Amino acid sequence: MMLIPCPWCGPRNETEFHYGGQADVSYPADPQAVSDVDWARFLFFRANTKGIFTERWNHQAGCRRWFTVRRDTTTNEIFHDDSHEAVTR
Amino acid sequence: MAELHGESPLVTRAETLAGSSVPGVLHLSEVAFTAQVTLRVDPKSPAAERIGTAVGTMLPNQPGQVARTERLQILWMGPDEWLLIGPEGGAEQLQATLTEALGEEHGSVVDVSGHRTIVEVTGPKSRELLAKGCALDLHRRSFASDQCAQTLLARTGVVLLCRDVEQPSFWIFVRSSFARYLADWLADAAAEYRV
Repeated sequence: MMLIPCPWCGPRNETEFHYGGQADVSYPADPQAVSDVDWARFLFFRANTKGIFTERWNHQAGCRRWFTVRRDTTTNEIFHDDSHEAVTR
Repeated sequence: MAELHGESPLVTRAETLAGSSVPGVLHLSEVAFTAQVTLRVDPKSPAAERIGTAVGTMLPNQPGQVARTERLQILWMGPDEWLLIGPEGGAEQLQATLTEALGEEHGSVVDVSGHRTIVEVTGPKSRELLAKGCALDLHRRSFASDQCAQTLLARTGVVLLCRDVEQPSFWIFVRSSFARYLADWLADAAAEYRV
């Protein structure tokens, strides 16, 4: 069981959270101009990093806010050196 | 035409809760039909200040903080979300007060009185009882009077409100459709206290 630090509620059990996948996947500025290949890449392709990974979490059973966490996917260590603004964006 | 009457979500579990109570140790009961209104507004906006003035206390801005007035309890639910609890029958008036104070600003005021019912747990064993199904630290040092938390209790989403630490008293806000399950779970968890 991971303890995930919700920026609002503090550390809570993993069971209270919903995983949102890779963070910082930006929506294409002009979706009409994107080729089918690039669109599919945007929709379905995500990094599968072994090591430090920036990801989105939602505190589903708590305050229901989205936030960003940096986690080592091999050890589940969560890094706390991020600013509040960077986490709650 | 049949006469309309209101029935609280735990009306069929009233006896279960009463039967699980042990005098001087633990008391379980339903607090039914409270007025509950959800408010969402930017806490830094002038509207938030106007609402604070209208209800008689500033909206709490710390996670888990609860503000009280004579009639209301205001629970922090998120950085821009609050749950206001008032006496039975007061939802419409509360909603009108908040809507007027919100004015044209971006936000929302919704009557959610039917969303959740409340189970009141009091008595010296109440903390121990809740700890059986809740991962939060409920010790008075970390979960004091007038604090609330949204979490899981017996795998059910609840809002926990600590009303008093000296004479332990908690309110558990649970969704109506989960209320009977939670009442049964509480009765089962409280069985050991019956002599």
